[in-house]
Amino acid sequence: MAIDVGQFINTFLEESFEGLELIESQLLDLRDDDAEAVNAIFRAAHSIKGGAGTFGFQAVGDFTHGVETLLDQVRTGVRPVTDELKALLLEAGDCIRDMLVAARDGAQTDAARIARVQERIDASLRAPGKRPIPFPPSEGARELEADRRSLEEGASNVQSGSDEGVVADTTDPGLGLRGPGWRIRFVPDPDVMRTGNDPLRLFAVLADFGDLQVRCELEGLPPLAELDPEECRMSWLLTLVSDVNKTDVEEVFEWVLDECTLEVEALDTAQVGDIDPVANDEITPPSLPVGPASMASDHEAVASERARSVGGTACLETVPDAAEGTSLEARGVGGVAVAGRSTPLPERRSTDTGSIRVGIDKIDGLINLVGELVITQSMLGQIGDEMVSGEQACLERLLEGLAQLERNTRELQESVMNIRMLPISFVFNRFPRLVHDLSARLGKRIELRLSGEQTELDKTVMEKIGDPLVHLVRNAIDHGIELPQKRIAAGKPESGQLHLHAYHKGGNIVIEIRDDGAGLDPRRLIAKAVERGIVAPGQELTDEQAHELIFAAGFSTAEQVSDVSGRGVGMDVVRKNIKALGGSVEVRSRPGRGCTFVIRLPLTLAIMDGQLVRVGGEIYIVPLVSIVESLQVRPEAVHSLAERQLVYRLRDEYIPIVFLVELLADGRPPGSLASALLVVVEADGQKLALVVEDLLGQQQVVIKALETNFRRIEGLSGATILGDGTVALILDVSGLIGLCGGRREAAGEVAAGVDAA
Amino acid sequence: MATILAVDDSASLRQMVVFTLKQAGHQVIEASNGQDALQKAKGSRIDLVLSDVNMPLMDGLTLVRELRKLPAMKFTPILMLTTESSAEKKQEGKAAGATGWIVKPFSPDQLLATVKRVLR
Repeated sequence: MAIDVGQFINTFLEESFEGLELIESQLLDLRDDDAEAVNAIFRAAHSIKGGAGTFGFQAVGDFTHGVETLLDQVRTGVRPVTDELKALLLEAGDCIRDMLVAARDGAQTDAARIARVQERIDASLRAPGKRPIPFPPSEGARELEADRRSLEEGASNVQSGSDEGVVADTTDPGLGLRGPGWRIRFVPDPDVMRTGNDPLRLFAVLADFGDLQVRCELEGLPPLAELDPEECRMSWLLTLVSDVNKTDVEEVFEWVLDECTLEVEALDTAQVGDIDPVANDEITPPSLPVGPASMASDHEAVASERARSVGGTACLETVPDAAEGTSLEARGVGGVAVAGRSTPLPERRSTDTGSIRVGIDKIDGLINLVGELVITQSMLGQIGDEMVSGEQACLERLLEGLAQLERNTRELQESVMNIRMLPISFVFNRFPRLVHDLSARLGKRIELRLSGEQTELDKTVMEKIGDPLVHLVRNAIDHGIELPQKRIAAGKPESGQLHLHAYHKGGNIVIEIRDDGAGLDPRRLIAKAVERGIVAPGQELTDEQAHELIFAAGFSTAEQVSDVSGRGVGMDVVRKNIKALGGSVEVRSRPGRGCTFVIRLPLTLAIMDGQLVRVGGEIYIVPLVSIVESLQVRPEAVHSLAERQLVYRLRDEYIPIVFLVELLADGRPPGSLASALLVVVEADGQKLALVVEDLLGQQQVVIKALETNFRRIEGLSGATILGDGTVALILDVSGLIGLCGGRREAAGEVAAGVDAA
Repeated sequence: MATILAVDDSASLRQMVVFTLKQAGHQVIEASNGQDALQKAKGSRIDLVLSDVNMPLMDGLTLVRELRKLPAMKFTPILMLTTESSAEKKQEGKAAGATGWIVKPFSPDQLLATVKRVLR
């Protein structure tokens, strides 16, 4: 039966990536004396190696072997845990990940890098317990490095002499010989069966090779009264007529070699003819010949039958009760030892959530179904509303049922949505490594604090927030937190604090990235913005407005573009990506005290709370989160600006008025403002007053993407299906603000004029 | 067919072993570490144990020692699934009471051949 191991590869890859994550997170705060952590790391590497071999990733297995050996040396106390070793192991982990990713995607690996790391692993292994070869030295460290290296070279020269292992002479004259057969004398130790080895099974395997004759020697047996059924006091003389190798014969006894005396001698041709296994002189002649000498057709049956007949296996069937008491006692002692060992790993940023693995497509299918259910429910709800003319009792029952359906639907929806929710630790977990590497490279000292790692958010949102977060963290380390000398000079602790904090607030998840670095310098920001032509010279900006400049396109405050954060992606892209998720990012800064970025994200992208509004006879949906308030128009608060642009004065704020009907219903003339309603919405700190004809209900809507079902339209974020089956478009407030960009600026400028007037 | 207890902390290896054994018609009980395996062994009649060595909570060697203390498991074949082909590691397993070993990596066919050898 051929079994394709390919079907297990996905599981192997998944668990390997998890293992690598564990290796990384445990390595970052590893100490010599933390045996549990060292063991956990070792096990992870060990599993990757084992699986790699099994599932055909030979290169991964070979590479991981070196890593495993290093870890084994740490585990057994031979090798100390040094920063260099950690760095080497971290990089080796990266190599393994790259190799696995390449294997999965059929891509190329960075062979040169892998070879380099392999070389360093080999070098470390050649110098047992010595410091692993460090990273290529930086300018400053070069002199020291040269000294150290000459020392090391001296040492490794000495080492190489003793390292030449003596090749054991394993040549056996009988090896590989094929003869007419083998005479085997097998004298097992009395305890052989205590390891579950049954001589009969060995003979059965031998019988597969050819004609086997078994003779049991019983003179070792004690008198019946002294017989211990758990001991094997017999020995055997076997004659195997077969052309198998001697090695094959010995391999059969592989598991018991250390628990027996085994002699395997070639039969000569004469002996084959005379099948009767006459004992040679060294062997005590058998006192009790076993069974007829004829070689029956079923050798296996014969072999086992014979051995059984001498009582060799009686002990296998019966369990001596007498042993029960002592073994229970022993078990009790063992149990204590086990309990001591079984202390679970301390909870370290573990990603293990006791989760089950479910294919994302299945979940998406479920979510889709539940979406349909929501639609059905709202359809029924509408029928209920329309049945007012129906019989009273019937109607009540229907309404009651509908209320229940609504409750059930919502509960089901929540629990299904929950399946997609993952703790943000999945994203946070990459930061200890990132911070470790970056701070080492930049010569900064940084303490990373993570909190709220268990805060959950939708997997899709999670996947997309990783990169923006990485960018913000890089920025904080590169530009925010100062070098140790500078910090000391500023009267701050030498180590900078970087705090990632996540929590739920309203239907959102909030992620804060807080550092205690230098903070943003408004004057420098403005100077830079002027230089870049983003701000006109002489323009007055508040500190908050100055801070906002970092999100402007083409803005970078780094004096020199470093390889840390200068990757061609600016904060404008970060903000754009977060906005694309329906979220927002803002910055708070206190000069000299540090900087906090606050990211707000919706918990999920699949469902949202919406306000239904009527515009031009059509129903649109405004995301509830972006609505500030809705109000009846007071004509005296409407101010007219140039080019038919109106602004609405609301509590000393001028808000541009947008006639949705004009924007959405393609040139239809806007109706009168007098009877209209305004929905004031806000995104990115900007407000718009949307003119609508009517406010309808609020309800949860299942978002269907326009891109996949139709095409992307500026100002709309998607569509949904209402209870009566009609499609309603969902307004994208950020997009609308973008569309109305010109008017907004005009509003800003003219607002001053209106005030003056 | 036989009832086999398969113990490995690696899900992929376990899947492979379990699938292979089930295909061959055996009943399989799965465990992901020694503790888990010991619990499960106590509640069932088991013909063969296949166990990994390095596992969290309770390693394979401890598991073998514990299993051998159970009267019902005294002579049951226990094979260690080990990546170390070095004699030292094998002897550790034997000393703990293991019947023998299968060296990883192994193919499904090799696994079945070895299993057949101890289940006669």
